[in-house]
Amino acid sequence: MRVAQLSSETDFDGWRRAARRLRLEGVPPDQALWRVGAGDLFALAEGEMGACAHAAGAFTVPPAFPALAADVVCHRSADRFSRLYNVLWRLKDEPRLLEDRADPDVADALRMAGEVRRASHKMKAFVRFRLLEGVAPETYVAWFEPPHHVLERTAQHFVKRFANLRFSILTPDLCCHWDGAELAFTPGARKEDAPAADPLERDWLTYYASIFNPARLKVAAMQSEMPKRYWRNLPEAALIPALIEAAQERAENMVASEPTQPRKRAPSRTTVALIEAAPSPGDAPGSLEEIAAGVQACRRCDLWRGATQGVPGEGPAHAPLMLVGEQPGDMEDVAGHPFVGPAGQLLDRALAEAGIDRGKVFVTNAVKHFKHELRGKRRLHKTPDAGEITACRWWLDNERRLVRPRVIVALGGSAALAVFGRAMPIMKSRGQAMPLEDGAKGVVTVHPSYLLRVPDAAAKAAAYRDFVRDLTAVAELLRFK
Amino acid sequence: MAVLDLRRKLAILSDAAKYDASCASSGTSRRDSRGGKGVGSSGPGMGICHAYAPDGRCISLLKILLTNYCIYDCAYCVNRVSSNVPRARFTVQEVVDLTLNFYKRNYIEGLFLSSGIIRSGDYTMEEMVRVVRALRLDRDFRGYIHLKLIPEASPALTAEAALYADRVSINIELPRDDSLARLAPDKDVAGIRRTMGEVRLGIDERSEKGRRVRAPRFAPAGQSTQMIVGADEAADGEILARSETLYGAYRLRRVYYSAFSPIPDATARLPLQRPPMMREHRLYQADWLLRFYGFSRDELIGRAENLDLAIDPKLAWALRHRDRFPVDVNRADREMLLRTPGLGVRTVDRLLAMRRQRRLRLEDVRRLCGGVGKVTPFIVAADWSPLALADAEHPVAPEPRQLSLF
Repeated sequence: MRVAQLSSETDFDGWRRAARRLRLEGVPPDQALWRVGAGDLFALAEGEMGACAHAAGAFTVPPAFPALAADVVCHRSADRFSRLYNVLWRLKDEPRLLEDRADPDVADALRMAGEVRRASHKMKAFVRFRLLEGVAPETYVAWFEPPHHVLERTAQHFVKRFANLRFSILTPDLCCHWDGAELAFTPGARKEDAPAADPLERDWLTYYASIFNPARLKVAAMQSEMPKRYWRNLPEAALIPALIEAAQERAENMVASEPTQPRKRAPSRTTVALIEAAPSPGDAPGSLEEIAAGVQACRRCDLWRGATQGVPGEGPAHAPLMLVGEQPGDMEDVAGHPFVGPAGQLLDRALAEAGIDRGKVFVTNAVKHFKHELRGKRRLHKTPDAGEITACRWWLDNERRLVRPRVIVALGGSAALAVFGRAMPIMKSRGQAMPLEDGAKGVVTVHPSYLLRVPDAAAKAAAYRDFVRDLTAVAELLRFK
Repeated sequence: MAVLDLRRKLAILSDAAKYDASCASSGTSRRDSRGGKGVGSSGPGMGICHAYAPDGRCISLLKILLTNYCIYDCAYCVNRVSSNVPRARFTVQEVVDLTLNFYKRNYIEGLFLSSGIIRSGDYTMEEMVRVVRALRLDRDFRGYIHLKLIPEASPALTAEAALYADRVSINIELPRDDSLARLAPDKDVAGIRRTMGEVRLGIDERSEKGRRVRAPRFAPAGQSTQMIVGADEAADGEILARSETLYGAYRLRRVYYSAFSPIPDATARLPLQRPPMMREHRLYQADWLLRFYGFSRDELIGRAENLDLAIDPKLAWALRHRDRFPVDVNRADREMLLRTPGLGVRTVDRLLAMRRQRRLRLEDVRRLCGGVGKVTPFIVAADWSPLALADAEHPVAPEPRQLSLF
């Protein structure tokens, strides 16, 4: 029998040294004994390992093992060291053992590691500090009883959080103290060593009782996350029985009580304002501002339901050139402005190459709300149908009437339908000036988002050149009155 | 007016805030108090729940209203202008001190501040921004802050709120726009969506790669919203369709479902009943299936349908698609394993890692799942086939229940 002596309950390094040496010497798990604490009588028993062990040779373990062992060592069960050594021993012949979570030894080690991590997490949650009164600088002390040896691994969390305060956390096994610069550990303490009260606890209890909704009593859910073993050091836990007891009656009273008479009051100002601002349907808008407001409230088709907002046209009030796209896309819908997404950036570039100043162009869409369908978490563009284009044409016609552009460019089929009132063969008629009823000249070309979708790089470049050529023709049209 | 002491105010203004379900303190930027002059830390991982109330909800943040005075008249809300509940208002300094004092005693992870609308949206938002500005700038507080946005407030205030807060949220409140117009006549649904859009653009801009000058900090823990379930007639399918749209359009981190719960001093316009807790639970389950299990909404439920309260939505889907089962745990792909009742995301990933070592037996699955009652009818393992169950009584039927006699 070999005895391995560890210096403390959480002496991971000591365990690691001893375990490495035992395995190298081929000592099987049932021949190894693990003890904590120095200088006891049995430590002198036969086979005790010397402190200055020089292990000959080396072996490797999977990277997950040291991390697992560091967790398990903090467990409170007495046989954790030998269980760990057992896993280490088995790793010799089964190097991929840890991947088999259903193996009983591995499952046990994982469970213990999980319990330790949970205890550490719960310590971060359930430590309750009390102010040391009359002490400067501000100093806080907590009494806590963790189910496993987690103080050392959790203390750093509190240091990071309260680096500029002084605090101590006292537990029965070990205490830690932060003085603003150094973290020190001292032996375990008693509950009486921590302050018995904190004046602010009354406020905390008030908050705890008030945030609880008696109509939703779920005691089991509470207890699974806040086990009773922690309750005795949680000031708020004293309220729990009374809150549970009164809950049902409070909830039933709320349901049973008659609706009360509301206080007398004038209709709120916002209500009045909203009623007054509501656009009257049917009247032709008298300005671009009225169109912008009207589009927000438009119910001419159902597209408003899925959209963030209507996106009206933008640009100088009497721009000589109007560009009509199909509909706002994902970005335009969220931003509330036309042509700000990827297609808009491409359009900007093409306009610049064609020598057209975007600042002097009125840009708008045939349909003012974003039509889309969900694919996973993406909103994918969906082409508006003729009914929606016709419904929304009312807004486009009004924009045309108010802006009175000399040239209108329809980008893509939907825009052509809206501008000319009939379907147009885009590729056949692109780039040509065609007279419109209101005296303006109409030109059709492709929609810039089409250029984004051309798969082949060479074809894409060609399509872009054609697009710029169409826009250059438009620039020519604008130059000759 | 009588002057209320702080404790009375705290009671009123936390009572008024409890109908907001959100309390997450997770998934933000990593920071701590070292090198600063204040307190506080937070990080990208799991949040910390410092206590649990007997309603099973965690208490992670100090969840309070700045004031419960409100000029709006939303029928479902305890703070509506026509309600007779006692009113109170915190000063900016009071909220700052309370937050820090609670934080230093390790009661909370941070602050969740909301407010009734007083005077105007801009005024209210400005007051709330004053609180978080004081916490962040004057006191160097580095804990978590969740700030409710007021949709009517100006974009500049929204941006400033997002600069100081980890998470911002605006409640969509009801699944139907029409019911919002009916029950909350002062709220403007278009404004709510526009503000959500602003937040999304701010977050997108911040996370854009390859910028020379990084955009200012903008709500690193994203945005969320809440929908009240059971206050209007919307079916579960409609509610989930709305969530799907919100996730897609505004990249929300979470949609919270809040069973319409009795409030003190209710209005005759909206009769009270017991909160539909099971319905809320099923909605959360379906929401998870949408976000993490590869289901789409129309696979789970039609627009006008309701989720089955007796069985969970994944089981319901499996029962409708018996041709896809049983699933061989040793051969099936991840997508199909995720669709198997009783197998969660973590279990599936562990199964996949383990089956590289050896063929899995039922006992292995039992160890991974911690019980296999639910999963046995749907899987084939090395030593298990559910064939024997075919003649048994319906293996997954819900427990029979005595009908009410009244």
